[in-house]
Amino acid sequence: MSTSSAPTSLPLPVIGSFDFDSASTAASHDEKLKRTLNTAVLRQDGGRKIRLAELPNSDALRTLAGQIKQHTLDNLDYYLDKLVANVEKKGGHVYFASDAAHARQIILDIASQTRVSRVIKSKSMVSEEINLAHALELAGMDVVETDLGEFIVQISHDRPSHIVGPIVHLNKAQVAKIFSDYFGTPINDDPKALTMQARDYLRDKFRKADFGMTGGNFLVAEAGVVASVENEGNQRQSVTTPRVLVSLVGIEKLIPRMADLAVMIKLLSRSATGQPITIYNNIYGGPRSPGETDGPEEFHLVLIDNGRTEILQSEEYRETLRCIRCGACLNACPIYRKIGGHAYGSVYSGPIGALITPLFQGLANYKDLPQASSLCGACYEACPVKINIPKHLVNLRRDIVNTHLNGVFERMIYRLWAWSMTSPMMYAIVVRMQKMELRRRAMYTGWVRKLPFFGSGWTQVRDMPAPARRTFHQQWRGKK
Amino acid sequence: MSRRVALFITCLTDQFYPQVGVAVTKILEHFDCVVEFPQAQTCCGQPFFNNGFHPEAKELAKKFVTDFEAYDYIVSPSGSCTAMVREQYHQLFAHDHAWEHAAETVSAKTYEFVEFLDKVLKVDLSKLTLPDSRSITYHYTCHLRGIGVKDEGVRLLRQMGNVDFKPLEKTDQCCGFGGTFAMKYPAISGAIVEDKVKCIADTQANTLVCNDAGCTMNIAGMCHREGMKTQVKHIAELIAEAMGLDTTQW
Repeated sequence: MSTSSAPTSLPLPVIGSFDFDSASTAASHDEKLKRTLNTAVLRQDGGRKIRLAELPNSDALRTLAGQIKQHTLDNLDYYLDKLVANVEKKGGHVYFASDAAHARQIILDIASQTRVSRVIKSKSMVSEEINLAHALELAGMDVVETDLGEFIVQISHDRPSHIVGPIVHLNKAQVAKIFSDYFGTPINDDPKALTMQARDYLRDKFRKADFGMTGGNFLVAEAGVVASVENEGNQRQSVTTPRVLVSLVGIEKLIPRMADLAVMIKLLSRSATGQPITIYNNIYGGPRSPGETDGPEEFHLVLIDNGRTEILQSEEYRETLRCIRCGACLNACPIYRKIGGHAYGSVYSGPIGALITPLFQGLANYKDLPQASSLCGACYEACPVKINIPKHLVNLRRDIVNTHLNGVFERMIYRLWAWSMTSPMMYAIVVRMQKMELRRRAMYTGWVRKLPFFGSGWTQVRDMPAPARRTFHQQWRGKK
Repeated sequence: MSRRVALFITCLTDQFYPQVGVAVTKILEHFDCVVEFPQAQTCCGQPFFNNGFHPEAKELAKKFVTDFEAYDYIVSPSGSCTAMVREQYHQLFAHDHAWEHAAETVSAKTYEFVEFLDKVLKVDLSKLTLPDSRSITYHYTCHLRGIGVKDEGVRLLRQMGNVDFKPLEKTDQCCGFGGTFAMKYPAISGAIVEDKVKCIADTQANTLVCNDAGCTMNIAGMCHREGMKTQVKHIAELIAEAMGLDTTQW
């Protein structure tokens, strides 16, 4: 990504013609990446399982959380009105942004009207979605990512590779090198020392900032507040210190009541990081009230659509908007564990990314993502709001077939194959031909080492067993 | 009263592991089931459903319902094909009044083999012993998740004598098969099965129990490529062996 682009040609973090095949192949051969991912991701996944098992009935709680989100999505207009009224009652300003460009413009306008220029920004996936930090920098503002992981991403001109752990693809030595390069200090890979170094640097930024920029995990309609979880206290700085506070949140983050928030936070922290509760839970909604000692003078809430209402209109895919961005499906996914987040070529990676990226950005641009799944179902099992990810991936594959996004030859082969299965006689003929061919290729050793055409993908990595001499069908006929 | 069980043998078991079908038949007969094999059966439609060819999958699903509806129980040695019938057919037949009910009835009486042993026959294998001591590990095939089967396979396995059970690290991590996924995305699938096989090697077990033909082809194919001697077996083969049943002939 070039940083010298003019503001008018702002590059999006998502590139339409992303080559998933080469990116994922390269990643799957990167031994260091796989080792780093394996350790980090398994630890998170294990933590989630332990913390969920502590709950008396985590399955029922996940069902409830799914129902809360689904209910809100089914009645989103009602709850949005309620939220807006309650935020405005507290003196906050609310904006609706239809897409990424609109959202960036709204935030830039707020910045110029309030004459702010020093931004402390906390971690937010939706800000990645609209490439916000870059837009603010291009407008001449000093933007610092204050979440440690995001800070490392920022100073190394990298991209987050995980919804929750942006630098899950980096190991300690790599982080030490990034710090040394950026600060010009000797390499020190002690995590505590690195954290202290970042802390010192960020403290100064916190003190001088006039613009706090955050995302939000939930919007609570009845209270008119944004609720956000974090562990570093950096977001607490953003919402309490600067003169102006802007929160950019997707419209699907709504929940009706504070009581619902208790359910959501309980599941979010456990599912995301294996914590019963995160260190900081920030709930905020308006400017500083008379008598309060901290908080912003102005609070602006930017609610963004950016493709969400389109998904909302589809009864089938609406469920995907339940996502609370906990990252549990990434940690559970055998594919994510091997290729990491960057290979998905989009802001949202892993199973949920493979699902919502094509929905947000167009299936034609991302048709590999729903197909590159073994449909193992680990994501569905991990999901705290029970989004049936494998089911939706299959439905996206159906859409690929129905809109002819796959090749005509591929469609023909599948249809011919399916047709041959409709009669026992044709099945027997196909099986017999396949058997003869595979056994010939195995030269009667029991194993085929090399297959042509579609089969080459198989034998590229492993051998193919030869079929048995007699099928079960044949053997059954010999049963007395 | 003996149960009338239809074998749903699946196309991969039919071609690659017919001895598993023989083992399943003989074990069910041992537990007083009347075992039948509807010979018109071909494929449940899973590859077509998963790849998005839903009208084609539905045709095969109709055939499956027709072939199997007459029986009390339908038992399959494969979790993924069982999951197809149990968890996906309802989507294919939704709002199709002519078929919806029949499909639901068939789905409800379809069981994965281990699940059938455990939940319906409620078998106890503790009187069985393998002819020789073996170190055995177990891969949890993914589609058992879909049908709510957890550690039943391991529990039954460990009931038998001469089983030196070795826990498998990341036992519930997919083997990377995923049907046509294995051929479409060989690099990713390869990295996943490589991880699986490494975990298997680390257990030093000489036998891996894997109760799904597709996963077995994938894992055994990788073990063979890596020159490992590990045998990959269906639990039915081991139970049959402990029962002294011959799976090479009737």
